Amino acid sequence: MKRHLALLAFGALIGAQAAAQSSADEIAKYRAMLADGNPAELWEAKGEALWKQARGPKNASLQQCDLGRGPGVVKGAFVGLPRWFADTQRVQDLESRLLTCMQTLQGFDAAEIAKTPFGRGEQVNIESLVAWISSESRGQKFALPQAHPAERTMYEAGKRIFFFRAGPYDFACATCHSQEGKRIRLQDLPDLTLAKGAGAGFGAWPAYRVSSGELWGMQRRLNDCYRQQRFPYPGYASDATIALGVYMGVTAQGAESIAPALKR
Amino acid sequence: MTFTSRWTAAGAALLVIAAVAAGCATAPAVDYDKVALDMIKGSFRAQGQAGIERLQQDEAQRICSGPAPSPADLKRIETAELATVKPPPSGRYLGDWREGEKLAQNGRGMTWTDPAGAPAGGNCYNCHQMSKAEISFGTIGPSLYNYGKLRGVNDPADPASAPIVQYTWGKIWNAKAYSACSEMPRFGHAKVLSEQQIQDLMALLLDPKSPVNQ
Repeated sequence: MKRHLALLAFGALIGAQAAAQSSADEIAKYRAMLADGNPAELWEAKGEALWKQARGPKNASLQQCDLGRGPGVVKGAFVGLPRWFADTQRVQDLESRLLTCMQTLQGFDAAEIAKTPFGRGEQVNIESLVAWISSESRGQKFALPQAHPAERTMYEAGKRIFFFRAGPYDFACATCHSQEGKRIRLQDLPDLTLAKGAGAGFGAWPAYRVSSGELWGMQRRLNDCYRQQRFPYPGYASDATIALGVYMGVTAQGAESIAPALKR
Repeated sequence: MTFTSRWTAAGAALLVIAAVAAGCATAPAVDYDKVALDMIKGSFRAQGQAGIERLQQDEAQRICSGPAPSPADLKRIETAELATVKPPPSGRYLGDWREGEKLAQNGRGMTWTDPAGAPAGGNCYNCHQMSKAEISFGTIGPSLYNYGKLRGVNDPADPASAPIVQYTWGKIWNAKAYSACSEMPRFGHAKVLSEQQIQDLMALLLDPKSPVNQ
């Protein structure tokens, strides 16, 4: 009798899994269909124009901005970030580096932009800039430098922050992203501790999010992860978020960048 | 924050090797645990109901943040967490499975965008299969489909069901009492769910009429 019950339960489980699997397949098909014309292209076009446009209190463009490959070099810059910058004496990701350039070249107040909520003011322009800049590395492999001691420190700190459990739910980044083949509801979760998962997860942002119709950079992606972890608010371009970028990016070394990708 | 001795030992060994290889007498040792903790303190701020006190780890969180907690640490955590489990003062373990199903579907609560004091959901379907009808379920936790039925609970009030009923209450109240580094939140202990809400989730899992047991 017990065995029959177990068999029945097993059969039901297989049925439910098949149903869930086919739903996931349908979602994948839907994504593939949309990817044909990823709306992120609209942000890319606007971002390229913004890069070249004279703006801000100094009425200057960003064309002399050094993203790590020398002033004005955009091609291939994204797959080398975050990295150490001698002028700021900091390891910076794409978004914190853009803040530096917007302040030094264009005269904007970087702290003010960092405090601006996502989707408002200059944050809207940053979305477009990161879409274009990341697209200029599409198909290239992640190759974050780890030669500077500060870059290695950020990797080690980022790894520890990734596993840091806290808050009322005891969650860490690792709760959802340190095992292969897991899901939240029907959403597949990349295992960010492995090269494959980090390539698919870290390597997809910036991305166009179908569910909200918005273009999210990595900073916004991390911010919403921490919201759902029930943590306090991670400062925009704060060191903890950059360290996580270094940990994920180094783990993803060798993976091809598909950003800006298309996400749920 | 103490990360396990494995990392510390490995790091120390590497530093020694590096120092020997470079022929240096001294190599600056970076305390990465401290760097990470300082970075966390300097990077987060309070927003809505999510205050910075949430960054303060208790012992279970601290130990489980490291890659390889020792068996002695795990045992100590489980003993301490088990002592926090409070059975319902009313002695009533099961509520209404219909309310339990609504809670299981509800993933809201306690984020900085949720209104402070608003009741939280149970988040169950985010990580567990529960009923046959709901195919949108997560897989971080084990399937709970037919939870009561598979454990032979035909009548939750029968004294023979008491061990399963009490274990299930304890697991929802404080999952760390049974598995120190479980991914599951401590819903009762951390005051995420009320006693009434836990009773309703208990009914969802154990009431023979609940969709979980069909």
